[in-house]
Amino acid sequence: MASEQIIHGLMAEFVTANELMKAVKAARKAGYRRMDAYSPFPIEEVCEELDFHHNRLPFLVLIGGIVGLCAGFGLAYWTSVIDYPLNVGGRPFNSWPAFLPVTFETTVLGAALTTVLGMLALNGLPQPYHPVFNVPRFALASDDRFFLCIEARDVLFDPDGTYRFLQRLEPREISEVEL
Amino acid sequence: MATKRKVDADLEALRGPIIAPGHTLGSVTDKISEVVLEKGTPKGWFIGFAISFSLLMMMLMSITYLLAVGTGVWGVNVPVGWGFAIINFVWWIGIGHAGTLISAILLLLRQKWRTSINRFAEAMTLFAVACAGIFPILHTGRPWLAYWLFPYPNTMAMWPNFRSPLIWDVFAVSTYATVSAMFWYIGLIPDFATLRDRSTNRVGQTIYGALAMGWRGSAEHWGRYETAYLLLAGLSTPLVVSVHTIVSFDFAVSVVPGWHATIFPPYFVAGAIFAGFAMVMVLAIPLRRFYGLQDFVTMRHLDYMARVLLATGLFVGYGYMTDAFIAFYGANPYEEYMMMNRFEGPYAPFYWALIACNVVSIQALWFQRVRSSTVALFIIAIIVSIGMWLERFVIVVTSLHRDFLPSSWGMYSGTFWDWSLYIGTMGLFGTLLFLFIRFMPMISIFEMRTLLPEAEVEEHD
Repeated sequence: MASEQIIHGLMAEFVTANELMKAVKAARKAGYRRMDAYSPFPIEEVCEELDFHHNRLPFLVLIGGIVGLCAGFGLAYWTSVIDYPLNVGGRPFNSWPAFLPVTFETTVLGAALTTVLGMLALNGLPQPYHPVFNVPRFALASDDRFFLCIEARDVLFDPDGTYRFLQRLEPREISEVEL
Repeated sequence: MATKRKVDADLEALRGPIIAPGHTLGSVTDKISEVVLEKGTPKGWFIGFAISFSLLMMMLMSITYLLAVGTGVWGVNVPVGWGFAIINFVWWIGIGHAGTLISAILLLLRQKWRTSINRFAEAMTLFAVACAGIFPILHTGRPWLAYWLFPYPNTMAMWPNFRSPLIWDVFAVSTYATVSAMFWYIGLIPDFATLRDRSTNRVGQTIYGALAMGWRGSAEHWGRYETAYLLLAGLSTPLVVSVHTIVSFDFAVSVVPGWHATIFPPYFVAGAIFAGFAMVMVLAIPLRRFYGLQDFVTMRHLDYMARVLLATGLFVGYGYMTDAFIAFYGANPYEEYMMMNRFEGPYAPFYWALIACNVVSIQALWFQRVRSSTVALFIIAIIVSIGMWLERFVIVVTSLHRDFLPSSWGMYSGTFWDWSLYIGTMGLFGTLLFLFIRFMPMISIFEMRTLLPEAEVEEHD
């Protein structure tokens, strides 16, 4: 089908979050898998219904935190014990309790940087162009309207059949999303 | 679930709503984004910006004069070597902490009322940290070498001392500034997308479009976004506590009577939240009035903030009591002397003024009548801000000015340049804040949408 793909998909516009929710459920039931819902605020139920569970972010953040922890303590240890041992008030070179504040801060920094950069990277942002913006009314997705886009790469996608399916959901409008 | 809803409804009836009734998704978007996107700029904005900007120029002049002539233009000298620079540093960074508390801790505690105030409280954090950062850098004496504080390989083959609280401070404050900036920006992305889509001119569309990074509100994106936002809140919460703890270590790790106290970390953290909430009120009360945002920042918000102010003020009062008690209980004559000197020495009026501001004045907040008067709350918040500055003045100056030997006793006062720099940083704060409310949505639009009844999704099959 990929060679024939000349549009990104078909997009239906809904007025309320409930209508969107119903439409997503119906589309899942009809067997569509390649689709995305767009809303002006996060709707947990829609996200679950679309089966977006593969959230690797917390694991990445854990790794980021561990890297920050090792880097912070490693820095303090290496500089104070190996590269530049300095006797401060007769304390041992490896006075580890005094290294903990810095270690703690670098742990948080590593985890926080991973959270932000990881979220953006996994979401594919920044993304200068996306076909959905070709639909003029899509500007309302950041205001008070809800959109469901069934993408052309779905195996069940067929311009007429999918159009008729979306029509049955009683959307306010259906638009073709150009590539 | 049903009972929870009933409790919510009862609370609403009792205390007033957290968002005025009658709003829809569209009206929330319009109301908040029109402040940014409307054609004209109100005259009051220009007046406020002009005053702030003039003060900012005064700050730059004070810094120029300081660098040209030297640290001698300040009042600091032996024995009081810390003076205004450290007082103002602690004051500003403390103010910043309420922003993180509101955006992170109240989010984790599912306090929905935080939504209308978190955005500008976060902005306040960022700008307060910017003001705070100026002071210790200038206080190093040779600020052009301030990068020596960072561990980097250098031709001197030396490294900073990781056992020193001053190095801990460098890490804590720079981490705090970075994480606060990221938290703020991440929160703004969906709102930038709203401004991009509503902006009618090319410049606005381009700039807000670039800042929104192509955000399109996809369900998959929202899912990760919510996870990231929660994780950041979870990371910021211990961070904010650690930052002010480390600031207090600057004092507590020393052996100076009046600084070397175990109560310092919790008492500093409580004081920071206290000062920060006062500043949020100082900013929120005029802003909601000027921009007609009473529907979003309601009396219930002000009531809650007043309660937090009262509670943290009582913690701070407890801190003062413990500080004084331990000075006598510890049977260390230098500690005892220092405390008596605070009570009745040359700086006693400052001490009693701080008690009046931070402990006595807030007792009025026990009364519902006071908590429901914006004028009274504004005045109390100003008094607390002054009181918290006095607290840091008393801690820094009275602990240092009478050293162990009477031969090294002295008096301290700020010079003209100390004051001009301090007031000048308020100009920096004000300038940034005025630019923020003009060019960015001061209330989180997408989070306000989730508070509306329309945002509820029924689970039916």
